[in-house]
Amino acid sequence: MVTPLVSIQDLRVAFGGVSVLRGVDITLQQGEALGLVGESGSGKSVTWLAALGLLPRHAQISGSVRLEGREILGAPAAELDHVRGGRIAMIFQDPASALNPVLTIRRQLCEALALHRDLQGNAVKAEARRLLDLVGIPDAGRRLEAYPHEFSGGQVQRIMIAMALAGNPDVLIADEPTTALDATIQAQILELLSTVRREFGMAMVLISHDLGVVAENCDRVAVMYAGRIVEEAPANQLFADPVHPYAQGLIGALPPLDGPRRRLTAIPGTVPDPAKMPEGCAFAPRCALAAEPCGHAAPTLAPIANDRSVACIRAEASRRALLGIAAE
Amino acid sequence: MMGRYFAIRIGRAALTIVLVVTFAFVVLRLSGDPALMILGPEAPSEVLAAFRKAWGLDDPIWFQYLDYFGAIAKGELGRSMRDGRPAIELVLERIPATLALTLPAFAFKVALGVPAGIYAALHRGSAIDRAVMMTAVAGFTVPSFVLALILVLVFAVQLGWLPSGGQDSWRHAILPIATLSLGGAAVLARFTRSAMLEVLGQPYIRTASAKGVPWRKVVTSHALPNAAIPSVTILGFMVGTLIAGAVVVESVFAWPGVGRLLVVAVANRDLAVVQCILLLVAMTMVTSNLIVDFLYGFLDPRLRTKGAHA
Repeated sequence: MVTPLVSIQDLRVAFGGVSVLRGVDITLQQGEALGLVGESGSGKSVTWLAALGLLPRHAQISGSVRLEGREILGAPAAELDHVRGGRIAMIFQDPASALNPVLTIRRQLCEALALHRDLQGNAVKAEARRLLDLVGIPDAGRRLEAYPHEFSGGQVQRIMIAMALAGNPDVLIADEPTTALDATIQAQILELLSTVRREFGMAMVLISHDLGVVAENCDRVAVMYAGRIVEEAPANQLFADPVHPYAQGLIGALPPLDGPRRRLTAIPGTVPDPAKMPEGCAFAPRCALAAEPCGHAAPTLAPIANDRSVACIRAEASRRALLGIAAE
Repeated sequence: MMGRYFAIRIGRAALTIVLVVTFAFVVLRLSGDPALMILGPEAPSEVLAAFRKAWGLDDPIWFQYLDYFGAIAKGELGRSMRDGRPAIELVLERIPATLALTLPAFAFKVALGVPAGIYAALHRGSAIDRAVMMTAVAGFTVPSFVLALILVLVFAVQLGWLPSGGQDSWRHAILPIATLSLGGAAVLARFTRSAMLEVLGQPYIRTASAKGVPWRKVVTSHALPNAAIPSVTILGFMVGTLIAGAVVVESVFAWPGVGRLLVVAVANRDLAVVQCILLLVAMTMVTSNLIVDFLYGFLDPRLRTKGAHA
C-alpha cells in the first residue's frame, strides 16, 4: 500500500489535564477529500491545529502525525514553518478576524508567496494578483492595496483561499469555511474550493458540522464524537447506511431530499463535558441501543468492511449484517 | 472630509482648554484671599485693601473673568502678585529644568516598560513574566513620594552615592529621574503586556502561523503593529505630562522646575502664575491627545476610512 499523504495515529490532546482529543486516527491520501463532521467541541478543529502545532503552548499533545511518512508532531519550528502553508495550508471559520487588520492584502499574500515560492521582486506581486484573480476578486490589481475591512466576509474567505494556495500545498484544511457566511455565499465558496482542489490536485479536509456540505464535497467522511472518531466510511455509504448509533442519529436528523416524508429524529441529551467523561463509550448515555457492556470499556475504531470502520461494540453485528447483504 | 474630522477634534480641544482655565479661575478665587496669603495675616487692613484694589480682586468675579479672557486674547497672561514679573516669564524660565527630568524619564519609561511588557506577554506564566508583573504592580501602586523617599534613604543616606536634593550637577538629576522612570515604566509594562496578550489571542495571529510565518516574524510584523494602537494612548498621556508631571518629585528633591513653581504659587494664591501653568498644562495635554488621534489614523487603517467618511 502507498504511504498515505498524512497519517495521524493515536493523537491525544489535553488542556490542563482535561482530555479533548482521546486517540484520533486519520489517514489522508493524495488528492482525497475527507469530511470531518461532529458537534462543536468534538475535536474536529483541535485535531488539525494540534497536527500543525498551532495550539497554545500549554496544550499537552501526544501521538503521531506523519506527512509522507515523516513525523511532524514536535518537529523543530523551522521544519513546521515549512510544512505550514507550504505542504498543509489551513483556512478558518471567521474570515472577518482571520486577516491582519492593519496590513494590506498585498503584504499578507506576498508574505506567504515569499515564504514558500522562489519568487522575487515583481514576480511576487504578479503572482499575488493572479491568485486574487483566480479566487474571483474583481479588479485584483487595485484591490491588492486594500485592507481586510474593505472586503465582505465572502471576499475575505476568497482571499484566505488565495493565501492558502500561495504555498502550493498538498493539503488544504478548511475549518468550517462557510459557517459564518450567508447561504448563497456558502455555495460559491464551496464551489471555489472544489474547483481549486481539482486544479491544484490538492487533498482537502473539510471540517464542518453541516452534513449536507460534507456529503456534497467529500469522498470519505469521518464522524467525531467527544474527541474520538466513531465512524469512518466513503461518503455515499455513510449517508445511505450509517452504522454507529451517533452517525445514525446525525443522519436521522436530516430531512430526506426524496422519498417519502418521515419523522425526523433528534439525539437526546448533550455532548458530555470533557472534564466529566463517562466510563466506557462516551456516547452510551445518549444511545438508545446502549447495553450494559457499553459502560465498561471504550470501543476502538475497528474495520467492519472494506473502507469502513466503526467504534461500537455492536459493530460486529453490523459487520455481519453488511456481509450478509453482500452475500445475497 | 478628513478636514472636517480634524476640525471637530481641534474644536473639542479648544473647548477643553477653556473649561480647564475657567475651572481653575473659579476655584482659585473661591478658595482663599491672595492678599492675605501674600502679605500675611498681620498686614494692616488698608494695605490689604490697596493690594486687592491694585489686582482687581474687589471686582465681581464675572468681571474679573471677562477681564482675564480679554487679556488672554491680547496674549497677556498677567503678572505675578509677588514680584510683578510677567507670569509667562516665570513659568518659561522653569521649563528647561523640568524637561531635564521628564524627557530622560520618558525615554527610560519607554525603553524599560515596552520591552518588559512585550517579553512578559510572549512568555506568559513564566518566572520572568511573574517577576515583571510583580515589579510592575509594585511600581504602579507605590506613590512617587514614597518611592522618592526610599531612593533617598538608600542611595543618599545609607550609601551616600548620590545627593538627596538640589540642582547643582547631573548627579542631582539621577534620583528624580529614576523615581519618575520606575513608576512610568511599570504602567507601560502592564499596559504593553495586556495589549500584546490581547493581540496574540486574535485569529489573524493563528492565520499567520498557519501560513508558515516564523514566530519571530509573527510577533514583529503581525502582533506589534496591532498592539501599538492601544499603547499609543498611554504614551500620548505620558507626553502630556512632560511639563507638569513632576510636581511631587520636584518638591521632594527640591528641583526648581515648573512643578515646584506651581506648588509655591498655589500656596501663595499667586493667581496669574497658577493660571498660566494650568493653561500650559491643558495645552500640552490637549496637543498630545490630538497627536494621538492623528497617530491612530496612521496606525489603524480602519479608522482612516471611518475618518474619511465622517
